[in-house]
Parts: sequence; structure tokens; C-alpha cells
Amino acid sequence: MKRLLISFGWDALFGTGLLISGMTLPAKVQGFLDVAGNWDPSLAFVMGAALAVFIPLRILIERRGGVHETLARGHYDVRLLGGAALFGAGWGLGGYCPGPSVVSAGAGALPAIIVLAGTLAGIWLADRTRGSAPLSIAPPASPDACAP
Amino acid sequence: MFVAADIARAAVGGSLVGLSTAGMLYTHGRLSGITGIVGGAMHPKAQSESWSWRAAFIAGLLVSGLIARVVRPDLVTLHNTTNVVVLAVAGLLAGFGARISGGCTSGHGICGIGSFSLRSMAATGTFMVLGAVVVYTMRHVLFGGGV
Repeated sequence: MKRLLISFGWDALFGTGLLISGMTLPAKVQGFLDVAGNWDPSLAFVMGAALAVFIPLRILIERRGGVHETLARGHYDVRLLGGAALFGAGWGLGGYCPGPSVVSAGAGALPAIIVLAGTLAGIWLADRTRGSAPLSIAPPASPDACAP
Repeated sequence: MFVAADIARAAVGGSLVGLSTAGMLYTHGRLSGITGIVGGAMHPKAQSESWSWRAAFIAGLLVSGLIARVVRPDLVTLHNTTNVVVLAVAGLLAGFGARISGGCTSGHGICGIGSFSLRSMAATGTFMVLGAVVVYTMRHVLFGGGV
């Protein structure tokens, strides 16, 4: 139970970070992606700051040892890059990536709820393609870089 | 348009995201890839032992949004003019693509790049470029700035 509360707490913090940063405002996200137009580069600092905090802490945690999840290994293939291309297209089209759509759905935001419903359907579809119709020669080992 | 305050907010918010991601790695040994966690939570039978922390993770995200609705509703977009079908297709592409690719903005962009993964750097570069292409097409080719 304690572990569940800690997980809950970390991710309430994660969501709060997304809210403060502006990632839950799809028009702002699209402004960030509008490199060739009226570009709003401020959201680059979200990933920059997240990495600046995460990288040294990750290195410290890994030096301490213990059991933790590591990234999936694989090839540079259609799944990795084609999937990323489709993800980017969806992100640009709606202005929501999955984290902010979950947070905004929690706020009862109708656009985010619709995007999230589509995202869940997309994940479900992707899981159905796996195994039956392999898109690459990569071993089907760990499908998710961050949560096998 | 953007102002310095936007950059400060982005940096503060991003720092909290980074701290949370490191925290999950420290206390749970888990990388915080949202698509992977949501996808895993959709298969409760296959992953019964790890379903509960995923549910707690998602609950944390949802509750942060709920609190924002009460204290700072300006931080979320409650309504916009984007067509419902466009939103649903956007979500479908994002969910399908991220799941196939093995990560989304958090998975590849923070956990992956933060672990110095070249694959995640390639994926992040790819989705940034495609996002830019789609936004450019919508704003400057199809609708002339109307979206």
C-alpha cells in the first residue's frame, strides 16, 4: 500500500509538472511544433529541464545498484521510426501527447478525453498487430522502451 | 508569442517531471514511460503483479488534473474548437505510433534520451519533425493559420 501511495505521489508530481510547464495546453504545444511559422520555443525547456534533473539522479541511482528497469534494446527499424513518425503526426494534429491527455482528462477537459479515448484505441490496435504481423526483423522481445 | 515567464514555467514544470521520473526509478525501479504504463494497465491479467502500481501511477496523473481544475483551471484547455474526429484520429495515431515505436514523449524523450539511448534520440527527432510537418501543413497550407 505504501508503495502504491508513493507511486501515486510521484505521478501527481509528474502531472503537476506537465500542468505548470504548459504541456496541457494543446495550442501552446502546436505553437512549439510550429517551427516554420510563429514558433514558441518555450516548451523545449520542459524536456531540457527534465533531462537536466533526471540524468544526474539516474546516474546516482544506477551507481547505487539494485534492481531497476532498463531500456529495451532493438533495431532502427520500421517499428521504431515509423511508429515515432505516426506518433509525431498525432501529437501535432491534436496537440496532446499521452501524459498531458491523461492529466487533462482528469481535469474533465473534453478535447483531452476524446484524444485519450483515441490513444487507448491506438495502443490496443498496436498490441493486436504484434506477433500476428511483424513489421520488422527485430526480435519481439521488449516492446516498450520504458515499461516492458 | 512567448515570454520569459513561459520559459521559466516550462523549466520549473520540466524539473518536476524529471524529479518524478527519477523518483519512480529510485523507489520502484521503474522508468516512467506513459504509453508503456497505460498500455500495461490495459492488460491486467497478463501483468497482475504490476497492475496496481500502474493504476496508482495513472491515478496520480488524473488527480493532478482534477486539482488543477479546481485551483488553476487556466492550466488546462477545457474546450477548444478542434473537430471531434480530428481529436480522435490524433489520439489514435499518437497511441498506435507510440506503442509501436516503444515510447512517447516521456518514454523516448525523457527516459530514453536521459539514458543516452541513440534509438530514443532517433525516435524523438522523428516525432518532433513529423509533429512540425503536420502543424505546418494545418496552419500554413490547409487553413492559413486558422487552427
